[in-house]
Amino acid sequence: MSQSQPPAADPAEAPAQTSGARIARRALDLWSTWGIALVLLLLIALMALIAPNFVSLSNAFNIMRATSITAILAAGVTVVILTAGIDLSVGSVLAVCGVSSVVLWNAGLPAVLCVLIPILLGALIGLVHGTLVAYLSLAAFIVTLAGLTAWRGTAYALTGGRPLIAEGDLGFSMLGSGNFIAVPVPIWLMLATYAVLWFMLERTTWGRHVYAVGGNPEAALMAGIKVRRVLTSVYVISGLAAGLAGAMFAARVESGQPNSGQGYELEAIAAVVLGGTSLAGGRGRILGTLVGALIMGVLSNGMILMNTPFFTQLIVQGVVIVVAVAIDSLKNRYTR
Amino acid sequence: MTVTTGGNAKGTLLRMRGITKAFSGTAVLADVDVDLYRGEIHALMGENGAGKSTLMKVLGGVHLADAGHIEFDGAHVAFTSPGEAMDRGVVMIHQELSTVPDMTVAENLALGSEPARAGFVLDRRRLRSEALRKLGPIGGGIDPDLPMRKLSVGRQQMVEIARAIDQQAKILVLDEPTASLSDTESRRLFEVLERMRDAGMGLFYISHRLDEVWRLADRVTVLRDGRHVSTTRRGEISQNDVVGRMIGRQVEALYVREHRRPGDVVLRVRDLVGRDNGIGPVSFDVRAGEVVSLVGLIGAGRTEIARTVYGVDARGSGTVEIGGRQARIGGPGDAIARRIGMVPESRKEQALFSWMDVRDNITIASLRKHSRWGVLNQRRVDAAARQFIDDLTIRIRSPRQEVRTLSGGNQQKVVLSRWLANDPRLLILDEPTRGVDVGAKHEIYRIINEQAEQGTALLVVSSDLPEALGISDRLLVVRDGVIVAELDGAGATEEDVMSHATGVAKEAS
Repeated sequence: MSQSQPPAADPAEAPAQTSGARIARRALDLWSTWGIALVLLLLIALMALIAPNFVSLSNAFNIMRATSITAILAAGVTVVILTAGIDLSVGSVLAVCGVSSVVLWNAGLPAVLCVLIPILLGALIGLVHGTLVAYLSLAAFIVTLAGLTAWRGTAYALTGGRPLIAEGDLGFSMLGSGNFIAVPVPIWLMLATYAVLWFMLERTTWGRHVYAVGGNPEAALMAGIKVRRVLTSVYVISGLAAGLAGAMFAARVESGQPNSGQGYELEAIAAVVLGGTSLAGGRGRILGTLVGALIMGVLSNGMILMNTPFFTQLIVQGVVIVVAVAIDSLKNRYTR
Repeated sequence: MTVTTGGNAKGTLLRMRGITKAFSGTAVLADVDVDLYRGEIHALMGENGAGKSTLMKVLGGVHLADAGHIEFDGAHVAFTSPGEAMDRGVVMIHQELSTVPDMTVAENLALGSEPARAGFVLDRRRLRSEALRKLGPIGGGIDPDLPMRKLSVGRQQMVEIARAIDQQAKILVLDEPTASLSDTESRRLFEVLERMRDAGMGLFYISHRLDEVWRLADRVTVLRDGRHVSTTRRGEISQNDVVGRMIGRQVEALYVREHRRPGDVVLRVRDLVGRDNGIGPVSFDVRAGEVVSLVGLIGAGRTEIARTVYGVDARGSGTVEIGGRQARIGGPGDAIARRIGMVPESRKEQALFSWMDVRDNITIASLRKHSRWGVLNQRRVDAAARQFIDDLTIRIRSPRQEVRTLSGGNQQKVVLSRWLANDPRLLILDEPTRGVDVGAKHEIYRIINEQAEQGTALLVVSSDLPEALGISDRLLVVRDGVIVAELDGAGATEEDVMSHATGVAKEAS
């Protein structure tokens, strides 16, 4: 029986590491924080090389303006997905809110109310979804899938099935096409939405609670977090974002389009996933979603400039999403 | 390093030599030699992170060793997948069970080799009869038609073992198999394991529980920091020596019970009955500076009593007083507002936010103290987390490190910190040292003792009897949802507790 007794190690000492491993881990840390932004930069560089007329300030504004509405929807959806929920209704909620803003305008209400009321309507719809999910324990997928159909129907009902043209000069059209300090207003609204949600998620107790509920609802309950209230609140946030996006859409086309926002829920979810937020909840960053949305925007803008057929664009978008998720999954495998 | 072994009539089944393994540069196993004989139970001991599980995963084909070789049944092997290892007769029973919960026992036993008629029609009758045959070696008592999810963890484990025996496993690896078993279930497991040993199988047994190892193992191997420290026959080493080798220094007394001066009653429970959890009526007090443990068999209702006090399980009738005032605790939020904290029994499922960092895990229940209008004061949150990381010597690289990367003991200290951060008047600890290595256990006992010294009332639920006896001022024995006996912590023995817990004491008197 021979024994070897290595010198008693100080238990506080970290396990021995080679410098190569330290660099590898550092690289992995950097990737998980900045990887997706790097992808965006590479994509921009690529497009600058191959897409005609890609590099210009006005095209940059084009991309961001085109992205702003889905990016705002995606911001709200991020918060829902962080709690391991899902919101499939945002495209339809956008339509209801957009249409109602024009209805209110045509009824002679002041422009401010024509924007505020639809946003609150979005929040109210979110409250309904959230209550059903949190207090009746219905599956978020089902509740918001029902919402996707029902609110689309409501949008059509509001206009009698036809587009509703705004009478006279739409008082809040600047939300869609105005400029503020030489930058289009939709871009400001997008940045403001992300700034506010970043603050709420990173700097408030509510934000910590969202991550906690998404990461481990049972532990959240044991820690005294009002889980149902948090769950309800995230759908309200998503509804608010969809309401704002609806008003922006109506402002841009100066009419209420009951078919607006169709399929946007999928684009929004794609941006969230691209941005690194886990569909399992509890993990992800709101700014990642912004980058994810911009990647989709740059991709589609570049392909349009290159006259890529529409169906090819769809295929490329699908491939990009799968690649993003695959990278995320690999990342998890190597960060044991 | 050599492992000389003395004579063994039945011969060596497995030789692992120079096993070395690193994960992204961190050495987890360094030049480890271990042998397994036919017909032996070989215990692997060591603190969390010592490399026990990794060594077994190398054996079982989950990980490929960076260096070293394995000789099994006289041939060199290097399994590249668990499936391959299983085909050759190396079966691992994990802490996480690998059965299909919604399928029946019989279906699980037949997975991959379902008896069929005409090639594809499932033969239900044969499925059932074969299941009964396969369940024979583990002593029966399990209904093959029940879905797996209806079985207790212990019985599910038995089914897995039955499956391993059926597949003619030669080596069985058990990783903390009793972690969630009742005493009765553990005893049955031991009997089955001993029978397998007598049949000539080789068993690796990973456990933190010394008493189990002493009851079962023929030899004990201690690993520390990925290195082989010693392999000895059980009779040739004392339990204290094993613990000393595991942590690399000698331990004084493991348990801590000092300077207790119980004060006023903090928690007064009277005729408490749970609405749905079948407990009660129970009445008891816990004083400031006192550690009171609820002990008894698994399923006796100890956890449920604690959960009802904390408000997670609904109260049916009866009263709870905190600090002399009646408290209507409708949920954990109400409990926390009265400065009650609860460390739940299952760390990963009920306490940890694995993907959040250490700082957030520590402060999640006390954020209100560090915020105004819901906006966090980042500096104060950081400072609060820092304080507990230092006070409880939580070993981490950074407060922003994800908590899932910590060892069990450090994770448990994070969960404890969460409640200490609320300056608790009453702390409920459900299995405070489950899945925690010996060194960290001792630190947790010190923290418990410190809290008692400072006047916190502590209500502990523990299935580890030596622990409950070692740290408590009083023990309340729970059977069938009611308290059947109250024992003095310093005077009582394990036999006292067990006779009350099983009801023997009552029949004898």
